[in-house]
Amino acid sequence: MDDVIIGLEIHVQLNRLHSKMFCGCSTAYHDSLPNSHTCPVCLGLPGSLPVINKKAVEYGIKVGLALNCKIEEETLFYRKNYYYPDLPKGFQISQYDYPLATKGHIMILGDNGAERNIRINRAHMEEDPGRLVHAGTIDKAKYTMVDYNRCGMPLLEVVTEPDLCSPKEARVFLDKLKSILDYLDVFDGTQEGSMRIDANISLKGGDRSEVKNITGFKGVEKALSYEITRQKNLQRRNIKVVQETRHFDELRNITVSIRSKVGAHDYRYFPECDLAVMRIAPWVPAIRAALPELPDVKRERFVKQYSLADDHAKSLTSEIKLANFYEAVAARASPKLAAVWIADVLKGELNYRDLSIESFQEEQMIEILQMLEKGKISEDGAVQIIRTLLDRIPIEIGGSPSKIAHELGLGKAEDDAVQKAVREAVAESAAAVADYKAGSERALNFVVGLVMKKTRGKADAGEVHRLVKAEVEKA
Amino acid sequence: MITREDVEHISWLASIKIEDEEKDELVEHFNTILEYFQQLDEVDTTGVKPTYRVVDLANIFREDAAYKSLSQDQALKNAPRTENGYFKSPRIV
Repeated sequence: MDDVIIGLEIHVQLNRLHSKMFCGCSTAYHDSLPNSHTCPVCLGLPGSLPVINKKAVEYGIKVGLALNCKIEEETLFYRKNYYYPDLPKGFQISQYDYPLATKGHIMILGDNGAERNIRINRAHMEEDPGRLVHAGTIDKAKYTMVDYNRCGMPLLEVVTEPDLCSPKEARVFLDKLKSILDYLDVFDGTQEGSMRIDANISLKGGDRSEVKNITGFKGVEKALSYEITRQKNLQRRNIKVVQETRHFDELRNITVSIRSKVGAHDYRYFPECDLAVMRIAPWVPAIRAALPELPDVKRERFVKQYSLADDHAKSLTSEIKLANFYEAVAARASPKLAAVWIADVLKGELNYRDLSIESFQEEQMIEILQMLEKGKISEDGAVQIIRTLLDRIPIEIGGSPSKIAHELGLGKAEDDAVQKAVREAVAESAAAVADYKAGSERALNFVVGLVMKKTRGKADAGEVHRLVKAEVEKA
Repeated sequence: MITREDVEHISWLASIKIEDEEKDELVEHFNTILEYFQQLDEVDTTGVKPTYRVVDLANIFREDAAYKSLSQDQALKNAPRTENGYFKSPRIV
């Protein structure tokens, strides 16, 4: 799809902060009554004055640096004027020229299978508007209800250059961005509406449309795919794509045109006279020095230090907590075995149940891997233990893997019992043994089956095969 | 020069309804103000950095600590129309 051009504007709530951007209202407004987290500042009441949250600026710089941006020496806030019920003041405090961070880039795995450089135009700070609740769908509602709990939440808007070529690449980019934000500990993506995306899409040579307010990563892929199909259909019928703003309707999975009344030139930006400029250059070296090891670097280290396959390293470094979990386990078990069991099995079982890595304990994983290494349980048994531990949440948390192995009767039959069964089975299978000696490798399967029957399936089939073969060769 | 169309556009942006007979008067007011400020254009500002503020204050911050917010009742007290704890506004798209 080399004829598709996509640029993204990603609004990230810096929701690890305790208070809003310009006032002391708490950021923990989720699951609260509407309009229960407001004050004169975020309600825009006359006479109230905003004061900048210092940590929000520090978080912004952190993200800017992680996106390889240049941090502006002196940065300032502007008023972006528009009249809409989500903004009680009649303007949004945002940035304009001299935004916090400019000209960055991150690498993503492109559709062509090669690493691609996606340029970041800028990252700027602003306040989140309130939340509008429409009675019915946006184009049919009779009136609008407004909740200002979200109003004034610290936002960082990350703007990419139009470097993305497909909905899938957009998704990969967002995954990468989310992973970086997770490492920086500035963003909790599990909160509803914590990341909202506007996408600019055009086909080569055509005008672009802007799809506003997409939430969720699946939403981005769907909205973009819909929009590309719509534009291609227009093109095919020789109808010109007009530059316009569209809204993504999540329920219907389509984009609808919204007559945008305010154009970019009508925002009448002017400097926010209630806020002083920020001279932040002196902060940068310390913040840079304190940056954590970021996903790409950690992934490379995992490949080298633990001899992991690249896709395992990538999977394990997607979230900082998962990466830390892996390293704690790898310190006390075989790193390669740990990678397989955490990246391929545990992660899948967690995703399936919509659980995070915090639902599983390092000690549990270590114990399971040790049982596997000592041959006390089979691979199937290990999977069953993991599933059982997860399924018992939240009734039981931190259950013991060996106890579960015992409860479920997953312990492999004792070695001597297996040996005995092997000797018996070989003795009872004269015909099969003769066939094997005559050159039929498959004849051994009969003997193996007999051993499994004798041990009630608790023996490891691969191991039994090896033992049977040894026993037959000996005879 | 400000025209009647400009005045209409600005009133629309600000969501302030203006009667037709008020428009000419506003055109005149706007132009008087602009002309007054146009005197500034006579000053040569080549090489001068823009001044955003007359006071050279910088780095005024607050720490990231939450305080107690208004109650829902207090927040909604001045609103002409509310519903289930929400401010109610006309439908705007």
